[in-house]
Amino acid sequence: MDERPVIEIRDLWKSFGGNQVLRGVELTVADGETLVVLGPSGCGKSVLLKHVIGLLRPDRGSIVVEGRDITRMSLPQLDAIRKRFGMVFQGAALFDSMTVGENVGLPLREHRRITGPELDRLVEKNLALVGLEGIADLRPAEISGGMKKRVALARAIALEPDVILYDEPTTGLDPVMAEQINELIRTTQRKLTASSIVVTHDLHSACFTGDRVALMDEGKIAFVGTTDELMTTDNEAVRNFIARGRSGAPVYGRDDSASALDSYT
Amino acid sequence: MRSATAPARAAAEPEPRGLFATIGSAAITLTVEIGAAGVLFWRGLLALRQLPRSMPLTFEQMRRIGVESLPLVIITSVFTGAVTAVQAAYQLREYVPDIYIGTAIYKSVTIELGPVLTALVVGGRVSASIAAELGTMRVTEQVDAMRAMAIDPIRFLAMPRIVGALIMLPVLTVFADALAMGGGFVISNASLGITPATFIEGVKMFFFAGDVFGGLIKAFVFGGIIALMGCTAGLRASGGAVGVGQAATRAVVASCVLVLVSDYVLATLLFKIIFG
Repeated sequence: MDERPVIEIRDLWKSFGGNQVLRGVELTVADGETLVVLGPSGCGKSVLLKHVIGLLRPDRGSIVVEGRDITRMSLPQLDAIRKRFGMVFQGAALFDSMTVGENVGLPLREHRRITGPELDRLVEKNLALVGLEGIADLRPAEISGGMKKRVALARAIALEPDVILYDEPTTGLDPVMAEQINELIRTTQRKLTASSIVVTHDLHSACFTGDRVALMDEGKIAFVGTTDELMTTDNEAVRNFIARGRSGAPVYGRDDSASALDSYT
Repeated sequence: MRSATAPARAAAEPEPRGLFATIGSAAITLTVEIGAAGVLFWRGLLALRQLPRSMPLTFEQMRRIGVESLPLVIITSVFTGAVTAVQAAYQLREYVPDIYIGTAIYKSVTIELGPVLTALVVGGRVSASIAAELGTMRVTEQVDAMRAMAIDPIRFLAMPRIVGALIMLPVLTVFADALAMGGGFVISNASLGITPATFIEGVKMFFFAGDVFGGLIKAFVFGGIIALMGCTAGLRASGGAVGVGQAATRAVVASCVLVLVSDYVLATLLFKIIFG
C-alpha cells in the first residue's frame, strides 16, 4: 500500500445555524486504503463525507485531493474530481424514476457517452460485480433494501473510481445482509484497488472493512489507528464508544442531528 | 394529569398568528420563492447550451406536461366556451345583434380565457407534480447523488421541465382556444338559437391575428412560470414527507399568483403597446 495521501482533510469546521457540527477535523486517506470513520449518530460523520465530495462547503479548513484544495474549486473543476469518486448513500439514493440498469448506466451514459449494447454489457458487468445479475429491468421499488445498497455500489463503481465513499452502508439491514455488504466492500476494494472512506456507527462493520479506523466524537477526530489499536487503546472516547455499544445502549451523540441535517443539506 | 400536560402542550403549539402576520409571512415566503426562481432561471439559461444532450429528457417532459394534461384541458376548454356563450348571450343579447356573440366569445377566449385558464389548470397539475417529484428526490438524497456523480441537476432535472412547459403551454392553448370556440359554437347553435353562419361571421368580422399571437405569447410565459416555480419549490424542499407536501403547495400557490400577476403585465404590454 502506497502511503501517499489521496485525501488530506485539514482543520475542517462547519456549523449549521448555531449548531457547530465539525470542529477542526484532521484526517488523511492513503492510496488504496479503506479508512473507516466511526462514531455515534449525529457526531458529524455524514457531514464530513459530504464535504469530501463537495456537496457541502466548509466554514473553514481545506480538503486536499492530490495536491489541490477542492473547497476552493469552481463547479466544473469540482465535477472533474467527482468523476473520479463514487459514493454510496445511506438510503441508496437510487433514482426511482429509472430502472436498476438505467441507474447503473447513468454515469457511463453521461460521462463516457456509452449507449446501446455496450452500455447494457457494462451495466450487467457492474451488477455482476455486486452479485446482482439479471435485475437490470426492475425498478428500485421492486427490490429489497440490501439489493438497493448493492445497486448503489454498482452505480458508484461504474466509472471505476479512485475513491469510494460509503455513508452508513449497513444501516437498516439485517445482520446477514449487513455481513454481505461488509464482504462486498472488502471485495470491491481489492478488485478496484480504490481508496475508500466508510462512515458507520457499526463497530463490527468498522473492524471488518477498515484498514484504519478514525473515531469521531463531538465534531473532532478523537482517535486514528488500526483496528487492533482501536480495540486496545486507552483513549477515553474510544473506550466510552465501545462500552456503550456493548451495553446495548443506543450510541447517540449530544445532538441527534440526523433529521435536522435534512433541512440544512 | 391533564393539568400537568396542558402547559407543556401550550408551550409546544405555536401561537395562532394574526391576519397581518399571516399575510406578511405568506408575502415573505412568496418573495423568497421568486428570488430562488430567479437564480434557477439564470442557471437554467446557462444550462441551455447543453439542450441537445437533454433532448430525450425534454421530449419525455413534453409528453408528460402536454399529452397527459390534454384530457383536463379538453374538459376545461369545452365548458369554458359553453359558459362564455351562455354568459355573452345573457348579458349582450338585449343590446347588440346576435352576430356580436361570436365576436365576444372569440375575443374573450383567445385573448384571456384560453391562455389563463389553461395555465391555471395545467399549472395546478404540473407545478405540484414537478415540486413533489423533485422534492422527493431532494429529501431522499437523489439530487445529492446526482451532484456527486458530476451531473448537474439543473441541466438534468430542471431544464427539460422548463423547456417542455415553455413549448407545450402554447400548444395546449391552441387546443384550448379551438375547443372553447367549438364549445361556444355548439351551445350558440343548440340552445341559444344563433345560426352557424351568424356565429362564424361574428368571429371573422373582428378577427385579428394579434389576439391569437398575444394569447400564445402569454401561454409561453405562463409555461415558464409554472415549471420554474415547480422546480424551485421541489429543489428547495426539506424535511421529509411534510416538506414535500409544503413544496407542492408553495409551487401551486406561487405559479397561480404569478400567472395572474404576469397576465396583467403582459396584457398591458401586448394589447396596449405592441398590438394596440
